[in-house]
Amino acid sequence: MRVVVDFDLCESNALCMAAAPEVFEVRDDDFLYVLQEEPPEALREKVEEAVRRCPKQAIKIEG
Amino acid sequence: MSHGRSLDHVVVVGGSLAGLRAVETLRHEGYEGRLTVVGAEAHLPYDRPPLSKQVLSGKWGTDRLWLGPVGTSIEDLDVQWRLGSTATGLDLGDRSVILAGGDRVGFDGLVVATGSRVRRLNDQPDLAGIHLLRTLDDGLALKADLDAGPARVVVVGAGFIGSEVAATARQMGLEVTVLEALPVPLQRGLGDTMGMVCAGLHRDHGVDLRLSTGVDGFEADGAGRVARVRLSDGSHVEADVVVVGVGVIPNTEWLEGSGLTVDNGVVCDETCRAAPGVVAAGDVARWPNRRFGETMRLEHWDNAQDQGEHAARTLLAGDDATVATHAYEPVPWFWSDQYDRKIQLAGRSNDADTVEVVDGSLEERRFVAIYGRRGRLSGVLGFNRPVLVMRYRQLIEQGAAWDEALAAVAG
Repeated sequence: MRVVVDFDLCESNALCMAAAPEVFEVRDDDFLYVLQEEPPEALREKVEEAVRRCPKQAIKIEG
Repeated sequence: MSHGRSLDHVVVVGGSLAGLRAVETLRHEGYEGRLTVVGAEAHLPYDRPPLSKQVLSGKWGTDRLWLGPVGTSIEDLDVQWRLGSTATGLDLGDRSVILAGGDRVGFDGLVVATGSRVRRLNDQPDLAGIHLLRTLDDGLALKADLDAGPARVVVVGAGFIGSEVAATARQMGLEVTVLEALPVPLQRGLGDTMGMVCAGLHRDHGVDLRLSTGVDGFEADGAGRVARVRLSDGSHVEADVVVVGVGVIPNTEWLEGSGLTVDNGVVCDETCRAAPGVVAAGDVARWPNRRFGETMRLEHWDNAQDQGEHAARTLLAGDDATVATHAYEPVPWFWSDQYDRKIQLAGRSNDADTVEVVDGSLEERRFVAIYGRRGRLSGVLGFNRPVLVMRYRQLIEQGAAWDEALAAVAG
């Protein structure tokens, strides 16, 4: 599984961070950082939740 | 399913976010029966928040708006879409939805997700140039009028939609007047202090914001197009384009006489069930949120999606009391993007007995304020502080006491 964020769409609402903190972190500079671009399969459900929650539909899962 | 009755055909009335998430959840949870979605608009589900921002400004084309399920395509949901079709009645005895034109669609399970529509002003005339903003078609019509370069845009109502339209129009270089009947914008939602922060945001961006000012009427030019707005103080403003943003009304008329309880929305129990085999979600649903000890009806994007999912699960659990159904008790959350500010509110700010700025400053318009009710943290408002808003939202979920919230390390 590969996590792809469209940073043109991302507005740092931080909902992804609430859903999957292992993978997404919005820092104090208000930018989103992807901590693991290829997270383990065990995190798939959390990452899918982050995809669903994103108000900008900025996150995609490949594979 | 319940009472040995199997669920073979679920009908979802409402083809927007709540309805789509309900459909997606039904499939995700293994429901393999027929699924029909009745949608009043001619479009497949699309995302509304960009209508007042990216679509209006032209930054995004409409191709970016289409909503789909996560990890699969909308075709995979195997739904029969009846779009451009308005439900006009519900016959619970016959288990069918009645459509305009008289068609009936039978169901075993029903999801009511008809959303809300924008309120019109009393005596609002049908003049060219006066807009409401709710649907994609509304958004494109308004965009066409703004692209024509009007000399002045008048926004009626300084709520979130009106504020976003005003911000977008200013960013397009247009002159904007905002009329607000109350002395403070967003007074009910944010309180006086925070509402005036929003007022300052508009004024610093060159909006002519008039508070405690209502609309008395509209005047047209010779061609039937709006030309000026008469104000409650006896004055007037010239207007080439008017946008009315004075709130929404839940779409419940089709349920009158159906046996469902309608009272500012479809009244549900704490699991989103409105009647046996009938659930409701999104702007149209009113339910007791036990976390806050409050019956609420939310008009938020985030709630449409969560409640759509929750209502679908309740429907699948059936009416058998021995099957565990769960109460829907979210911490509400929404955002509004205006100029370069991201305003986010989580939890409840109404009925607060305490408000305290815990990070940043109102002057900078980069801050976090928390709201308390009876010794508990009930809400958090952030201006450009998304991470902290999320942290405090988690504290609200945990039922944090006010003192505990104050002591939480900010920043």
